[in-house]
Amino acid sequence: MPKSYEDAAKARDKPAALGPDIDVSKFSSNPKVWNFCPITLLPEDVLKRAYEVGIVADDQSRSGSFFQLDHSVTSKAVQKMFEGKVEIMSTSEAIEKYDWMKDYWWTAVKVDADKYTSLAELKQNQGYFIRIFENQKVTLPLQACLFVSTDNISQNVHNVIIAEPGSEAQLITGCTTHPTVNSGLHIGVSEFFVKKDAKLTFTMIHNWVPGFHVRPRSAAIIEDNGVFVSNFLCFKPVKSLQMYPVAYCRGVNSRVSFNSILYGTKDSYIDTGAKVVLQNEGTRGEIIARTIATDNAQIYARGFLQGEHDLSKAHLECRGLLLSSKASIYAVPELLAKAQGSELSHEAAVGKIAEEQVQYLMARGFTEDEATALIVRGFMDISIFGLPKNLENEIRRMVDITATKTL
Amino acid sequence: MTHVLTSNILEMRNLTVKVSGKKILNKVDLEIPEGEVHVLFGPNGSGKSSLLMTILGIPSYKVVEGSILFKGKDVTHMPINERVKLGMSVAFQNPPVIRGVKLGGILEHLAANKKRIDTLMEKVKFPQEFLERDINLGFSGGEVKKSEIIQILAQDSDFVMLDEPDSGVDVENLQIIGNIINSMLSEKSALLITHQGHILRYVNADKAHVLVNNSIVCSGEPLNILTQILNEGYGWCMKCPKAMKMQQRQEINPRH
Repeated sequence: MPKSYEDAAKARDKPAALGPDIDVSKFSSNPKVWNFCPITLLPEDVLKRAYEVGIVADDQSRSGSFFQLDHSVTSKAVQKMFEGKVEIMSTSEAIEKYDWMKDYWWTAVKVDADKYTSLAELKQNQGYFIRIFENQKVTLPLQACLFVSTDNISQNVHNVIIAEPGSEAQLITGCTTHPTVNSGLHIGVSEFFVKKDAKLTFTMIHNWVPGFHVRPRSAAIIEDNGVFVSNFLCFKPVKSLQMYPVAYCRGVNSRVSFNSILYGTKDSYIDTGAKVVLQNEGTRGEIIARTIATDNAQIYARGFLQGEHDLSKAHLECRGLLLSSKASIYAVPELLAKAQGSELSHEAAVGKIAEEQVQYLMARGFTEDEATALIVRGFMDISIFGLPKNLENEIRRMVDITATKTL
Repeated sequence: MTHVLTSNILEMRNLTVKVSGKKILNKVDLEIPEGEVHVLFGPNGSGKSSLLMTILGIPSYKVVEGSILFKGKDVTHMPINERVKLGMSVAFQNPPVIRGVKLGGILEHLAANKKRIDTLMEKVKFPQEFLERDINLGFSGGEVKKSEIIQILAQDSDFVMLDEPDSGVDVENLQIIGNIINSMLSEKSALLITHQGHILRYVNADKAHVLVNNSIVCSGEPLNILTQILNEGYGWCMKCPKAMKMQQRQEINPRH
């Protein structure tokens, strides 16, 4: 029995440090089984939902794709022109194929962190392995979809993403449910390894339903001159979502940016944040969070900057917009300096829409509702993330789709 | 400037306005005939911007007495956007920053024609990159003024209110802005606030009013009034019989 399995077993009942505790035993482990097929052959209602989280059936606009429905991997493909630049498979296959997988498996995220990491090990249901080969620039985005189509199941995936030295890629991961799903649990462990001089931009879009629980568990290790950009968007209601990804800037001049836009509606309980640990000379970190809470939504927007080296610098910016008197936003910025020369800073602002802004737009002929919607859309503007233009346009399209429906 | 039109585009009758319970305009009467450009002078804190905000309908400016007629219609309690729809616009003195809302987005809503937007940007000598900028975020004083002017040009309303379009603008940009405003106002009615009167070097105004202590105390020929103010300050305005009468009225019935 592998040690990771033993450690996981010990943490089987260990509650997470944050977020409501979930009885994981109430979710089924027997979903519908799906056959392997090209994305284009998946049912239209599945494709429609996937499209809303950035997953396209047209493989010409993606360098490679991974699609998982419930516990079944239905598609994994690299576009012909990108063969030899990147590989995609399920993590189970990768473990069988590569001995060295043990050097990555559960090395960024602790297997015994809580009952959710434990479950991802004890009852793992696939997940994707993506490796961008050394010095390869993958110019079109990669995409991975983790789709739940059976009601009340637990989908426990474990992903490993490796950007080899000098490589560059953008990965869009869309997580969503079928319209018939009312409840369930998604656990997503993701371990990122950004090697020397590599750049990885990871964009995760979530689109859940009001009865669904979500527990992503992610960590990134960034080596010399490596750059990791992590974007997270979530606009639809969810029962509970708790995540606190961490990035370790281990290498000299390594950098990380965490950007997020959250729109909490209905009774959503959302507790998200990001941690940056600066462990070497010239390391830089940035966390930008935009949170909007309406209806009865409760949002915790966390950020943690830890400076462990003299020549390191990081900034955290959290802005929250409260659109309902029954909603709440709790911004929790934390700075921990362990080296005298580490420069850490934060700014946080939470409040309602400024009347002056609404009135200004009304003076330009917008109605009050139109002005409010415009300000909210502006608040969710992704250009603050400084993404490559093609990816920015792509994400803007997703924001438009979901925001139009939501607002 | 000669005008044949005589009906009033704007009339304020005996208008008293409070903000948070404090009186900021007191029994103001003002008539602007259609096609005329009027100027409003007044020392700091006299209520000039408050008058514009009241005409526009900012809800915190509560009309407690009197009425505002616009194009013959009582707009005293009408929402801002309804008044705007009737044909008024404002170039603000200190417009707010709205993150994520682009100048280009607002202009598209106002002009609905990319070619026209480009023409206006060219006319105001405002670089295209500003279309993609968050409105007023990091704009210099002159850029704010240009952004406001371009928006009201795109709005193309019949009645334009300009709140100190010449403040914080360098000489070169003042000339650009002044000429554009003058050309725009040749076909419109307007109420223009100016503190130093620099803009009057470029704009032909028909009449000026002086607002002191929340009331209009003097009206007359714009350049004459400006010259007197520049020579003697607003103390000169207070010496005129109408101002003294106003002052007496306020002493009998003091502000809250």
